Amino acid sequence: MNESDSNQTGSFSRRNFLKSIGTTAVGAAAVQAQAVAQELEKINTDKIVGPGDVPITLKVNGANRKLSVEPRVTLLDALRNRLDLTGPKKVCDRGTCGACTVLVDGHPVYSCCLLAIETVGREVTTIEGLGTPEKMNEVQKAFVHHDGQQCGFCTPGFVTACTAFVRSRPNASPEDVRAGLGGNLCRCGTYAGILLATVDAAKATKGGA
Amino acid sequence: MPKYDWPVAGKRSHIGKHIERIDGPVKATGAAKYAYDINRPGMLWARILGSPHARAKVTSIDFSAAEAMPGVRATWKDDDIVGRELQYVGAIIAAVAADTEEIAAEAVTKFKVDYEILPHQVLDGNPELSKDKPSSREAGNVAEALGKADQVIEGEYGIPVITHCCLEAHGQVMEFKDGEMFIWPSTQNVSRYTDNLGEALGVDQNKLHVDCQHMGGGFGSKFNSDKWAQICGLLSKKSGRPVKLMLERDMELAIAGNRPSAFAKVKIGAQKDGTVSAVDAEVCGTGGMGGYNAPPVPYVFTKIPNTRIIGKGIRTNRGGQRAWRAPNHPQGCFLTMSAFADMAAALGMDELDFFLKNLQFTDRPQVYEDELKIAADLIGYKAKAHPRGDKTPGPIKRGLGVSIHTWGGRGHPSECDVTINPDGSVEARIGTQDLGVGTRTAIDIVVAETLGLPLNAVKVFIGKNEYPQSGASGGSTTIGGISVSSRKAATNALNALCEVVATKLGTTAENIEAIGGQLQQLDKPANKIAWKEACALLGPNPITKRGTNNPNEAEKEKLISQGVGGVQIADVSVDIETGVVTMNEFVAVQDVGLIINMKLSESQMYGALIMGVTYALFEEAVYDSKTGKMLNADMEFYRLAGLKDIGKFKVHMMTGPGYDERGVIGIGEPPVVSPGAAISNAVANACGVRVPHLPLTPDRVIAALQKGGVIA
Repeated sequence: MNESDSNQTGSFSRRNFLKSIGTTAVGAAAVQAQAVAQELEKINTDKIVGPGDVPITLKVNGANRKLSVEPRVTLLDALRNRLDLTGPKKVCDRGTCGACTVLVDGHPVYSCCLLAIETVGREVTTIEGLGTPEKMNEVQKAFVHHDGQQCGFCTPGFVTACTAFVRSRPNASPEDVRAGLGGNLCRCGTYAGILLATVDAAKATKGGA
Repeated sequence: MPKYDWPVAGKRSHIGKHIERIDGPVKATGAAKYAYDINRPGMLWARILGSPHARAKVTSIDFSAAEAMPGVRATWKDDDIVGRELQYVGAIIAAVAADTEEIAAEAVTKFKVDYEILPHQVLDGNPELSKDKPSSREAGNVAEALGKADQVIEGEYGIPVITHCCLEAHGQVMEFKDGEMFIWPSTQNVSRYTDNLGEALGVDQNKLHVDCQHMGGGFGSKFNSDKWAQICGLLSKKSGRPVKLMLERDMELAIAGNRPSAFAKVKIGAQKDGTVSAVDAEVCGTGGMGGYNAPPVPYVFTKIPNTRIIGKGIRTNRGGQRAWRAPNHPQGCFLTMSAFADMAAALGMDELDFFLKNLQFTDRPQVYEDELKIAADLIGYKAKAHPRGDKTPGPIKRGLGVSIHTWGGRGHPSECDVTINPDGSVEARIGTQDLGVGTRTAIDIVVAETLGLPLNAVKVFIGKNEYPQSGASGGSTTIGGISVSSRKAATNALNALCEVVATKLGTTAENIEAIGGQLQQLDKPANKIAWKEACALLGPNPITKRGTNNPNEAEKEKLISQGVGGVQIADVSVDIETGVVTMNEFVAVQDVGLIINMKLSESQMYGALIMGVTYALFEEAVYDSKTGKMLNADMEFYRLAGLKDIGKFKVHMMTGPGYDERGVIGIGEPPVVSPGAAISNAVANACGVRVPHLPLTPDRVIAALQKGGVIA
């Protein structure tokens, strides 16, 4: 469904709602007029999408992937259900456990809490983009060596979060790791191995990756 | 004659070493496929509607609005659902399969269901809520012994219902095709997952194909194919499409299993020297609508002459209990060891000395004594120990707590086929599963050890019900089962190869051993042939031999045994201003017979300790009496420990003479038994009062401190 279709239905649209708020705000506070005008312009250039399927292109692990999703589809579900990138896991589905962690523009995010359409034009990296069983990155190697995994269901999220962590904290101490990886949870109890793995990987990554 | 004995200490190439899990790389790179990850061409997503009421009857159900939605392909309900009593929130009513997960989620909200709401009861903790006939067990004369005791104490202790909270929810993918059903479940029981499933699906048993290469946690809750497996299969048959049905997190926490609670009054009597003479316990608890088995009290100290335990089950409108790692042991351990520590404090005795004093009442006093001494050394007990109540100034109080535990862990029945191919490659097949404990790696270790080969020479196939049958992974029975079946299969295959090689080497098969990639004459090692050349002598025909673990037989052969002891000591800090408990250090010492893989055994220990910290400090299924709902059926408020919460660990495995000879014993359960008791005892030692109920949350700690007069 495109923008003109949306207008033809005459339904209450998000843009009209924001426009009316904007108008009121302009009347009430003239000093803010310019800022509001800029905001309105931004909103007006955003294309309203949905509620049906929308064709989008996501840049995932360096490749452009075309897919068609409803706007309500999360990045996690788009990756897992549409692109068969099942490394990121669905566990809590509400931003608590970190099993769905992916990198967006290099930053770790919970992919269950982002819409797929929000990541258009951004670089998405999943666990599959960090290494393969034959060619693991330093964090993955360290997870295997220190046995930072048991059932392995939290592992891809942990490895992804760790990969971002060691890039930003090459001198990480065990205490840094305890604080820095607090956003990921494990049920089997693999933290002892994860702690050692992350400290090691941070050293190995120093200056590299 | 084949020799199955485990190689002696000096002759082990792989067994007992620190070996990385062989599926580590596929897991660490996200390449491992779990049930949740199986995507089949044309697959539909299914969603279940669970009861919103704790007790109700369905009076009508109408799918028409959901079925009118584009993308909805099939719906399901039991024929007799109307009029049936639903006994807890989340009880399964109906389901839908649709083109996308989003459509399925929306469609399920469009089922029109009418209910007759009935009164419910979800509370536990009060014995008066029990309507069942109490169970009772008595030995000796408790009343008389308590009357004669120098010291009698009575305490109240409680351990709540907790859930399994598997990170991979329960569920499966099923695909019905040409009369055959292909199933990708998340299960602890590959070989017998399909028991009773064929009849429910109307598919012949021999046309049910199970494939579970990886599974994301079970802890005792994934032994059988569940109702949702039947629903998934029926939706696939109805729609003619593959169907994925995984439980949503709230359903996972509310209906997919829990560990029953135990609330108790425990009275114990002891002599001045610390010898316990009597234990009298009255326990109540719930595991849902089913029956209740009171946990064992006294636990471990089972030879105390005068004991009585009364158990009162409380039936609640909650999802049903399932085996939870070491069923009933953490409860029995917590109730017993807490009372023991309180008695030590009442007598003014050191807690460690008190435990040592009473080891005569256990099945293995020497093991526990050795372990207690090692654990005490590891944590620096002598330097840190103090009588109950840290008297140092300031709000942070520090304390130590002791607990001991036991478990069986005898290997389950298991069969394995080992194939030696003419090109020298080796394959092992077992219908077992790897829950993340390293089962795959253990099979590799045993087969490679037996054949004198490196680990990468063996290809391990597990996870399919077409492979030789092996037991469910529960009760720490897997390692004993699969190590014996794979040892026997590999030995049998090797002996067949030796028969062929004997002629070539000019000796007898009995006089050949496999070592370092060679087959060589035992009494003349220079007379040898390389593994590959030896296998080439087979011509076109590979050797495949079966090995079977018959547990009784294997126990006589000393390949496996059962019955282990373990000791744990916790070191905690308690902030008496905020009630926050912090783990400083946790030491665990464990006897587990012959260890196949030291690295992964230690991982099991760490994992159990962390799970133990979690249930000691955070976990509890909280129910609202008014609505009958689980209030924390999500992962924000059903809290698991994170990296910050766990403190430091030291783990020591009892190995060497006296232990290795016992053969292989499972390790999954024992180390998860003691943490609740050890941590609770440490908190009592730190702040001077017993916090009676787990989890040891700040509100409970503060309440106990106020009641005990430690703070105003």
